[in-house]
Amino acid sequence: MIKKEMIAMLLAGGQGSRLGVLTAKVAKPAVSFGGKYRIIDFPLSNCINSGVDTVGVLTQYQPLRLNTHIGIGIPWDLDRNIGGVTVLPPYEKSTDTEWYTGTANAIYQNIDYMESFNPDYVLILSGDHIYKMDYEVMLDFHKKNGAEVTIAAMPVPLEEAKRFGIVITDDNRKIVDFEEKPEHPRSNLASMGIYIFNWKTLKEALLAKASQPNLDFGKHIIPYCHENGAPLYAYEYNGYWKDVGTLHSYWEANMELVDIVPVFNLYEEYWKIYTKSDTLPPQYLSNDSVTEKCIIGEGSSIYGKVYNSIIGCGVTIGEGTVIRDSIIMNETEIGKNCEINKAIIAENVLIKDEVRLGDGEEVPNETDPHIYNNGLVTIGEKTVIPKGVSIGKNSVVSGITSEADYPDGKLLSGKTLIKAGEDR
Amino acid sequence: MRAIGIILAGGNNHRMRELSLKRAISAMPVAGSYRSIDFALSSMSNSHIQKVAVLTQYNARSLNEHLSSSKWWDFGRKQGGLYVFTPVVTADNSNWYRGTADAIYQNIDFLKRSHEPYVVIASGDCVYKMDYNKLLEYHIDKKADITVVCKDMPENVNVDRYGIIKMNEESRIEEFDEKPMIAKTNTVSCGIYVIRRRLLIELIEKSNEEGRYDFVADILIRYKEMKRIFGYKMKDYWKNIASVEDYYETNMDFLKSDVRDYFFRQYPDVYSKVDDLPPAKYNVGADVRNSLVASGTIVNGKVEDSLIFKKVFVGNNCHIKNSIILNDVYIGDNTYIENCIVESRNTIRANSRYVGDGEVKVLIEKTARYEVQ
Repeated sequence: MIKKEMIAMLLAGGQGSRLGVLTAKVAKPAVSFGGKYRIIDFPLSNCINSGVDTVGVLTQYQPLRLNTHIGIGIPWDLDRNIGGVTVLPPYEKSTDTEWYTGTANAIYQNIDYMESFNPDYVLILSGDHIYKMDYEVMLDFHKKNGAEVTIAAMPVPLEEAKRFGIVITDDNRKIVDFEEKPEHPRSNLASMGIYIFNWKTLKEALLAKASQPNLDFGKHIIPYCHENGAPLYAYEYNGYWKDVGTLHSYWEANMELVDIVPVFNLYEEYWKIYTKSDTLPPQYLSNDSVTEKCIIGEGSSIYGKVYNSIIGCGVTIGEGTVIRDSIIMNETEIGKNCEINKAIIAENVLIKDEVRLGDGEEVPNETDPHIYNNGLVTIGEKTVIPKGVSIGKNSVVSGITSEADYPDGKLLSGKTLIKAGEDR
Repeated sequence: MRAIGIILAGGNNHRMRELSLKRAISAMPVAGSYRSIDFALSSMSNSHIQKVAVLTQYNARSLNEHLSSSKWWDFGRKQGGLYVFTPVVTADNSNWYRGTADAIYQNIDFLKRSHEPYVVIASGDCVYKMDYNKLLEYHIDKKADITVVCKDMPENVNVDRYGIIKMNEESRIEEFDEKPMIAKTNTVSCGIYVIRRRLLIELIEKSNEEGRYDFVADILIRYKEMKRIFGYKMKDYWKNIASVEDYYETNMDFLKSDVRDYFFRQYPDVYSKVDDLPPAKYNVGADVRNSLVASGTIVNGKVEDSLIFKKVFVGNNCHIKNSIILNDVYIGDNTYIENCIVESRNTIRANSRYVGDGEVKVLIEKTARYEVQ
């Protein structure tokens, strides 16, 4: 009989609406990160590096890019005869067909998948965090304590604790209580959304709570286990971990990579991060190029000046263009003599000559100030920006735009310009 | 598919000097991210040749490592695959490959067990892209027995190290001189041939009986009157790597935008083994001009008109000029390197100075690595 000690279930179905236009066409786990990676590469690489070779990836929102990226798992060595990676979308059933309505509901709908590997433990992961973690060490902790559920948690500054789910433990790290986004937190240990369950415990809880609408791990399953007296432990993690849920935190996490010795170091031999590489050729830097404090992906051609930025694969940056504090994703083309400051530019964007991004005063965004803030300019994928226009701060542009969309050649700070565009 | 492929990758050349100590020419890193054999392998794959044999002999460790999986070139199919044949001792043979024809003879079962009517033979030490289907159509069109791919070299190139071809008006080869004292034409053989599989088996077996082992001398040249041997002119980029100078020049060609565009941007792509390296990183003080930089590299100093291969570390205040830095080299601070090829996995001490004077210097420093980034 097939037997896997621990299998992983990776939740990758969320939209991540706080990433605005970046996730208009792709699920958040498929968003580019750090020049050549996608966010999901981090948990997938962690799995294979931890010896977890069976991973179910639960997809729902805009899964095309995610599906093509994962394929049969070759880049992560997850193409296995037994196990490997399996993409699990919601499916039609003879009765009660439904979408995945919550994190735990998605797992509940795939009980058969998990059962087929006859696991002792199930690792629940989410596809939107940047970190390196050895799940095997966490499993050892789980076994040593005789836990039924272990929650990975990290210490956060007390003033930030109110943004997280907080766990309160005794001296042996046994969990005594939880608080979801508390006003006055009693502990600074924040849940990272990474759980190890004994399969029996998980299955029992999922079946018991099956009828709960929007079945969620944090809100329903964990409290259920706790109420039923299952021993819950908190595994304290002290390494680098970043939730890239907002545009600003996404931008910050990218920017941290260009430090001399970044806290999150991709250049270490140990614990490699794997990804599907489409582009192989080296990058070309021209005679007039400047590249200082930046990361540049394969096959890019740089004719301009790049400071403190992350450039993806296959990007072209024209002569005389100056780029600062920005993220530019794969296959984007930027013309000559542009000036780009603090922008996030998605994949396959075409910016024509003499465009200025990040111009002018900081004004809150008119439509979604909670998404587009901190002075960032965000450009959605496959956007076209015509020659010579200037775009202000806290603004967003998506779709194929023309001069007519820019009165006086300008899009003022805080403006939203989203055109339902056909693909170019 | 109508053809199978054979790639001759066993060769070595003393004119590669110290570079050949480490590996066969076919495994030489080229253009930052590739190995020489990738060009032949990718052309085969892109021409839908699904079954390819690589014949290796000289120092094949590096090459075998590169070919450890066939998935990068999209071989490894149920119908076809990538086969690596090194010489083996059998009940009736204990010889090394004594020549290119002998290498094929020792693996003649591969030919006999295939059913495709044609064989494309290529060598692993050339840099080019080619659609072998067009070559095959030409071969059939001409009712040729053997078709040899050839190229007109520019007038100023010394061609005496190539096979020199003279063709008549209908492109039939009249003369074929291997490395002549005085070349009669500027048309050189590219080392790429098409031949009917059954004919190849016949010619190879006959040569072997007669104790002849070289494909060019004992088949192409010997049979040029008896068989219909045609030349097929290749017009695109083609370079053969046989010496340090060739190697240096071929790599430097990739700093030209038309060559880069042809190989990197135009369809079809060239494939290679994927190394899972992070993107290149430029720290404060990095100053890179007219250079190619591959992934996994960290640059702190100045680089000019050079190729930096994968996973190189360039220290603070370094200056690298007109040089090729191969894979996994660590260059300590304040080092000056000009007109050199730095062998892979080297560690260059801080404050060193190396200049290739007059000719390109091949730099092999066996300093132990104390500090690994």
